[in-house]
Amino acid sequence: MTSKVKEELRLDHKVIGDMVGKDTMVLDMGCGTGDLLEYLVINKGVKGAGVEINEDAIYSCVEKGLSVSHGDIDSGLREYPDKLFDYVIFNQTMQQVHKPKEALNEALRIGKKVIIGFPNFCNFKARMQLFFMGHVPITPSLPYTWYDTPNLHFLSIKDFVVFCKGQDINIEKSVYLSEEKMVRFMPNLFAQNAVFQISRD
Amino acid sequence: MSRTKEYVVTKCYNLPGGECFTLESGVGLEELRVAYETYGELNEEKTNAVLICHALSGDAHVAGYAKGDKKPGWWDPMIGPGRAFDTDKYFIICSNVIGGCKGSSGPKSINPATGKHYGLSFPIISMGDIVAAQKKLVESLGIKKLLSVCGGSMGGMQALQWAVDHPDMIVSCIPIATTYKHSAQQIAFDEVGRQAIMADPAWNGGDYYHSEPPSRGLAVARMVGHITYMSNESMDQKFGRILKKEKLGYEFTTEFEVEGYLRYRGDSFVKRFDANSYLYITKAMDYFDIQKDKKLSEAFKGIKMRFLVIAFSSDWLYPPSQSKELVKALKMNGIDVTYCEISSAYGHDSFLLEFDEQTKLIKHFLNRSFKKKAAEK
Repeated sequence: MTSKVKEELRLDHKVIGDMVGKDTMVLDMGCGTGDLLEYLVINKGVKGAGVEINEDAIYSCVEKGLSVSHGDIDSGLREYPDKLFDYVIFNQTMQQVHKPKEALNEALRIGKKVIIGFPNFCNFKARMQLFFMGHVPITPSLPYTWYDTPNLHFLSIKDFVVFCKGQDINIEKSVYLSEEKMVRFMPNLFAQNAVFQISRD
Repeated sequence: MSRTKEYVVTKCYNLPGGECFTLESGVGLEELRVAYETYGELNEEKTNAVLICHALSGDAHVAGYAKGDKKPGWWDPMIGPGRAFDTDKYFIICSNVIGGCKGSSGPKSINPATGKHYGLSFPIISMGDIVAAQKKLVESLGIKKLLSVCGGSMGGMQALQWAVDHPDMIVSCIPIATTYKHSAQQIAFDEVGRQAIMADPAWNGGDYYHSEPPSRGLAVARMVGHITYMSNESMDQKFGRILKKEKLGYEFTTEFEVEGYLRYRGDSFVKRFDANSYLYITKAMDYFDIQKDKKLSEAFKGIKMRFLVIAFSSDWLYPPSQSKELVKALKMNGIDVTYCEISSAYGHDSFLLEFDEQTKLIKHFLNRSFKKKAAEK
């Protein structure tokens, strides 16, 4: 990852932090080394838990004093009771699960709200690479080659909005990001990442 | 303690006279002895005590050197200043299980009613009884609440038994390479071990304390056990098909390295372990079932402590799948749980070998539990 991506992910953390209420229960699906969770524990006083597949990342989380469970997202979601969490977060991980529809429905079962951050596949940089260069896009938010990517699904902001409509999911908040700042104009074209807060009545 | 080259001394708790220790079976013991060792200092508030529970063939000597020891205690790299169980911060207790043969009451003990060794007249004990005896010891030390109960294999069963039997007495629980109930396969292996002992004529119905002990039977039991403690991969790496001599001898001698290793393991075990204790302790393991006839998640209802559950990828005796079921049941109760499946090729024995990984998890988990407890006050 370039430092620019790191910067942007930190902006992600800030955006997610602004969405999460104080002293709430948070589950971070695919929490990695626990940077976001730690940020939320320190800045929002949340009671946090994480699910992570990478063993070394688990050690980092435990070192940070976080509670984390070793496992994959698809099966991990089934292990919690209804509405245990105030927020279930997928930050840059939804595109990596095997069955995103099932995962989101499960997340909406165990969490009152779900926060999801994902790279926008239809960002203009990606579109240009497809159209003019004729190759699968490699951008700061989608930095992987086709043969070595953890991403199983590619979606745009528009795709996600349409999906939510079809699934009776309410979009409560949405924030669009470029590399270093928020995007307000034509996000499906200009944003590299999107963060949504969703719920279901 | 080991730092100052002081020898570790095994101490002994005795049930006060007049008291009776009633077992799960309803049988009462009027004499109860629990051998234990401690490391580090108990703080003034008595909030830094950690109980470590040993596995089937372990004992109270978990760390440091006792007088005459060539090797330190069985989990020494985990216990000491700056280690996972930091003796500069915590007061570590480890006791020999009842039914055992390393100083606690068991079949080898003298029955006060007859003046002779109990042998098979020692009552059958359960994991709950083992834990109840530990509770007596802990209370005798003036400790109202343990910061943590931790153990691997059968030690993990004790930790879980503590969690469900005495939830208000522990702040955190660390079950390692263990299960919430003995499965048919686990019972089956134990039964093979018991049958090996009982089939040895020297066993004599458990009455052998004044004659030759059933060493062959106990050695075979240990050999079977040892196979289950290793993995196919670790055995292959260690022995493969290596021969002790240059070529096959076409005779029934110890030809393969792995045969020699198992025999050595079996033979060295009989020098330090009592065959009857093997019967009693494996029985307690087979009886172990905290689920009983309810849903597993119901077994943990109302429990508040934190959990750190550790499993090992190549452990086929207590496989990670059982730990995952345990973790799921804990999560379903909203319990704060951390779970890690450590990647290792050593099989079940990993918990006695993979120190770095376990240290990374336990050290920080304990630290967090200790801080949390302090913050609640």
